[in-house]
Amino acid sequence: MIKVEQLTKKYAGVTGIDQISFEVGKGEIVGFLGPNGAGKTTTMRILASYMPASSGRATVAGFDVFSESLKARRHLGYLPENVPLYHDMRVNEYLRYRGALKALSGKRLKNRIGVIKELCGLREVGRKKIAGLSKGFRQRVGLAEAMIHEPDLLILDEPTIGLDPNQIRQVRELIKSLGERHTILLSTHILSEVEATCSRVIIINRGRIEASDTPENLVNQLRTSGLLRLEVKSGSEDPIPHLTEISGVREVRPVSNGEWLCFEIRIEANSDPREQIFQLAVRRQWVIRELSKERATLEDAFVELTHTDR
Amino acid sequence: MRRFFTLLARELSAFYFSPIAYAVLFFFLILNGLSFWFSLALLSRGPSELTLIQAFFNTLFFWIAYLLVFPVITMRLFAEEFKLGTIETLMTAPVRDWEVVASKYLAALIFYLSMWLPSIFYFLIFSWLGNRSVVGTGAQIWGPYLLLLAMGMFNVSLGCLASSLTSNQIIAAMMGLVLVLGTFFLTMINYIINSSSPLVHDLTAYVAQLDHMESFSRGIIDTRPLVFYPTFALLVLVMTYHVFQYRRWKL
Repeated sequence: MIKVEQLTKKYAGVTGIDQISFEVGKGEIVGFLGPNGAGKTTTMRILASYMPASSGRATVAGFDVFSESLKARRHLGYLPENVPLYHDMRVNEYLRYRGALKALSGKRLKNRIGVIKELCGLREVGRKKIAGLSKGFRQRVGLAEAMIHEPDLLILDEPTIGLDPNQIRQVRELIKSLGERHTILLSTHILSEVEATCSRVIIINRGRIEASDTPENLVNQLRTSGLLRLEVKSGSEDPIPHLTEISGVREVRPVSNGEWLCFEIRIEANSDPREQIFQLAVRRQWVIRELSKERATLEDAFVELTHTDR
Repeated sequence: MRRFFTLLARELSAFYFSPIAYAVLFFFLILNGLSFWFSLALLSRGPSELTLIQAFFNTLFFWIAYLLVFPVITMRLFAEEFKLGTIETLMTAPVRDWEVVASKYLAALIFYLSMWLPSIFYFLIFSWLGNRSVVGTGAQIWGPYLLLLAMGMFNVSLGCLASSLTSNQIIAAMMGLVLVLGTFFLTMINYIINSSSPLVHDLTAYVAQLDHMESFSRGIIDTRPLVFYPTFALLVLVMTYHVFQYRRWKL
């Protein structure tokens, strides 16, 4: 659905994106991650034919975004960051205008407006002015507008920014349900959202692609060390010297004191000394209440791949 | 073409459904009314060779209303889209750049022309109530309106150019005003520079809007301004089109 080859965008001496290449297949929901200023919006704007690239090539649904821009634009719906809308228009009026602009007319336009309003929960605000809508509703108007012409591809730039947790959940559900029929490329800072919705993640940093894989694979490939939590009753004994002796343990940090001692144990990558810890406790007759390994998250992967002072 | 009309309908509704348009129309009609009242006062002072049309289209109030209206109606056109960011949704819809520029220009021109409609009624009512011959006949009536169209095409395009250059409506209005007044007062060079060459005199004569209106309201239809103004309007619109593209692309 999207094919990007060696795409570069330079702004007055600054390189926005630097020779990036990736592909998005039909039906995929791809999360586009990266720190602020990494080039996410730039890439999305080029894909949406808003501005041309300095060099390289990008196609949407088989059409070049520069030379066949009008055809490419017919196949995509784009929701820009911050959802720009005409404040003086009413919701119905806006959807009708945008639908007509995207070559819908007559019965089909009317039909689509009805369907899309139902889907995005806009039924009760149809006659309201956009200026008077809350942020959540505006976001939904933007989404409704982006997909009014049933595009094959949806490009959403931070679709959940500024929403409250309930609204984020609603939008996430909406995006998930859309994924059945549309291909979606979305950018976001909320990593749990990506884990919940996306089938693939592209991490971009300083204009370059750092990784492109499923969220699970990215987490599994982490090079950072893991973390164990241990809650133990050891009587009068101090468990720290014993614990540090175990191979694979890098650092032991006490978290709380008292009868029950709590530790955070940093371990080497790809090691799991939980068995040894258990056996140690058995030998020294300690009582263990908790021994767990903290699961690495996509956030860890993100931080590792995009950490700037490398 | 359907896309173009969709865009045009949106631009027109943005004009006619906004309170600002009616505020502008209100002050414009006050100035027009004053202009009409002064021309009547002038004619009722005694026998005169002037027709009512001639008097109306050459008062100070007429020119003030005429000149100030351009920046006010055009300042919003592009600046607001850039400011709100709606330019991004607009230009990622399947529309061509020239369709956007042309629809905005045409909507402003239509609004401008509709502002002159009430003044036609002044003359209709006057000729119905009073003396027909005082108003003027034939080309004396439609001549000035034809010129208003031609000069309007030119000045609206200047306003469009100003609006495409900035995201701030006030700055767009100021730049538009400078462009409109700048071309209007260009003939004044001949008064400032005592020994201006005939070449300068001839060149500035092309944009001498005061002189053109003077002759058109006498019923003398000069084809030069009718060709000159639309041609330059097209030139300025092409510039607007390029500025519009450039601003979007360098973002």
